[in-house]
Amino acid sequence: MLRRLRELRRYPTAIFGIGVISILVLVSLYALIALPYSEAIRLWRGGPGVWDDNPRNAMPAWFDLFTSANLPRTVIVSTADAGVKVVEPLPDGRNRIQITLPFDYPYDGFPTEVTLFSEAVYEGTTRPRLSVQWKNPSGETLSLATNRAMRASDIYYISQDGQLMAKFGTLPEVALFSDAAMGVPASQRTSAKGEYAVVVQADVPEGGDFNAKLVVYGRVHGLAGTDHRRRDITVALLWGTPLALVFGLLAAVGSTMTTFILAGIGTWFGGKTDFIFQRITQVNMVIPTLPILIMVGQFYSRSLWLMLGIIIAMSIFSGAMVTYRAMFLQAKEAAYIEAARAYGASNFRTVFRYLLPRIVPVLLPNFVTVVPAFVFLEASLAVLGLGDPILPTWGKVIHDAQTQSALYKGLYYWVLQPAILLMITGFAFAMVGFALDRVFNPRLRTV
Amino acid sequence: MKGNLLALTRYTLLRAVMLGFAVIVALYIVVLVVNMGGHLDTVRRGEIRQGVALAVTAVPENQLLPPSELSQIIERQTELAYRLYGLDRPFILRSFDYLITALSLSLGRSENLTSDSGSKQVRNILLERLPSTLVLFGTSSLILFFTSLFAALALSRRYGSWIDRAVVALAPTSSAPGWFYGIFLILIFAAVLRVLPWGGMVEAPPPKTTFGYAASLLRHMILPVAAMAAGGLLASIYARRTFFLIFSSEDYVDLAKAKGLSSRAIERRYILRPTLPTIITQFMFLIIGMWQGAVILESVFNWPGIGSLTILAVNLSDTPVILGVNVIYAYLLALSLFLLEFIYAIIDPRVRVGAGTQRRL
Repeated sequence: MLRRLRELRRYPTAIFGIGVISILVLVSLYALIALPYSEAIRLWRGGPGVWDDNPRNAMPAWFDLFTSANLPRTVIVSTADAGVKVVEPLPDGRNRIQITLPFDYPYDGFPTEVTLFSEAVYEGTTRPRLSVQWKNPSGETLSLATNRAMRASDIYYISQDGQLMAKFGTLPEVALFSDAAMGVPASQRTSAKGEYAVVVQADVPEGGDFNAKLVVYGRVHGLAGTDHRRRDITVALLWGTPLALVFGLLAAVGSTMTTFILAGIGTWFGGKTDFIFQRITQVNMVIPTLPILIMVGQFYSRSLWLMLGIIIAMSIFSGAMVTYRAMFLQAKEAAYIEAARAYGASNFRTVFRYLLPRIVPVLLPNFVTVVPAFVFLEASLAVLGLGDPILPTWGKVIHDAQTQSALYKGLYYWVLQPAILLMITGFAFAMVGFALDRVFNPRLRTV
Repeated sequence: MKGNLLALTRYTLLRAVMLGFAVIVALYIVVLVVNMGGHLDTVRRGEIRQGVALAVTAVPENQLLPPSELSQIIERQTELAYRLYGLDRPFILRSFDYLITALSLSLGRSENLTSDSGSKQVRNILLERLPSTLVLFGTSSLILFFTSLFAALALSRRYGSWIDRAVVALAPTSSAPGWFYGIFLILIFAAVLRVLPWGGMVEAPPPKTTFGYAASLLRHMILPVAAMAAGGLLASIYARRTFFLIFSSEDYVDLAKAKGLSSRAIERRYILRPTLPTIITQFMFLIIGMWQGAVILESVFNWPGIGSLTILAVNLSDTPVILGVNVIYAYLLALSLFLLEFIYAIIDPRVRVGAGTQRRL
């Protein structure tokens, strides 16, 4: 057995496949350690403030490597870091707080959005008034807002400000980041690189405070980009790895081993047992698996583990049962089995010690080859919108992308990344399986 | 010859009875699954209540009654109707009613979905969708079967050539299902190159002429068929080629070669003949697999067949349609299995001879 496995070394595809599987296992371990379950769920399911600072539908940062342009990244500047805060008491007892948020913008192209978040602490019912000014690299100062009544936690969507849009005649974020004259259409503008600053000013009652954060959302983000809800896709891609591997392997082990053992038992005892097993197989082959899974997902639960259980249960009495049975029927006639009967081996011993091991050479490659089928089955369910409600999987990313028509909108990275990961995983197992098949089935080795 | 035919008929009938039994049991299981959580009952009760309410309010005298009294009448009548339709009986008895309606395809009315012709009968909705599914999957199954058969024969003749090695090396790519390649194909041909449609079955509005319709249909079929081929063709070529190679190393093939028979005759009589049963089995399993994969492939390509109907029904929680889809799939699967048995009986004489005693699936 081990000697045979060592023969795998002669197959470059097998080595490649094993290499890929090892990398996937390492990635899984990294995901489990670096992003513990609760953290991954928080980052994926969201909550207040989890995704606010991420751009929407941003491409992966590595996309930069393929373009000559330096695509905009997200710039975040707040009073907690580079912001400068000046407090000046007014004669009426209020404090005039002025915050300058300077930032460098060295990128080609325009940001996707510009938003100013501000947090104010104050007593009384009158809302403080906020004024916002924009300073561009050429030293001009533009007034964005004056006398904006500020909530305790205020979000000023600069890029959605209709007044600014009317004033500039184009999108605010385009006008603010270019130094072209008024009225030049957006397509003819280029970004002006250099030092920008936003000056925010508010008069806050005595004892109150006020902090601001400016987010200039970029066009690229992180290793894998973001989706329509500003989620970092990296989380799903990382966590999808262990989930896909565990799902595929458990399903393969569960179904293949059970089928194998039951086929052996059925064939050995023959008669009624065999007949019942065959009838169950036939019934099971008539039941459409996917619609049943869809119904379970729709009516009861979409838990990944419930699906796993049902998939295993439904693949025990499947086509593989027929194949194994044919092989066992042949193996049953072998002389050494008769010899075992002659010396008085029990049924149990004959089946598990003599009959089953005979077919292991067929089982092992089969086992490895069915793993991708289950990995893709999970992805299929997720693509149909029946993915686990909590866990982030590759299939769910593809589903989100499909429902948001990512391909139509040209957001190819969104579909391609999980798809390529699925493909790599599937191919790796298939390559190892095909090589194992050739190693273990001597008839195939010559051809 | 006559005895042969008799054996064939007896064998076929036996198989048909067994498969019919399997269909009944399978559908009963489906009914149980659908009803778990009382879904079928809820649907049935809703239907009855609606019918009763309509009937009661339609009576002119009732329309003058105060609403509370009216609802009391509806309540009472509904209870009576429940008893009339046997909804007060234990589920075990009712489950057989559901089974019979499912088997006879008289699947009742849908909750939300309507067919294009406006019917709410589940049967009409399903029958309207069935042809598109059959066109797509029938065509691609046939293409797949014959392409892989002839490609495999050709490869086994050119064993060791670069194209043979390429097929062996690329065979693992078939581990990904068709819909998966579908996404890539849409990306390449619809999104980037913009030469083929994104999905659907014909252009909108549908072409008026028969020829135009067929051309549009063919254009829309290219990508789904290609996707299915990408998901299954190479693996089946590989499996079949290996199979042919094993059989062409048999002694009787060498003997035939020594006799000087043409390679075509050898292929037909000594290689294809004994391998045919296995090939057919593999092919049927492929088709069965494709029926199942149809759900996603159709939804990826927006193909108006049974598969995309499944998704629609699931999204709208339309229980009667979901049950109907399962019934149709069960019938299609059983039909595939039956065809397999039948072809088996024709091409493999051993099956007929041992029809009574030999037990196979």
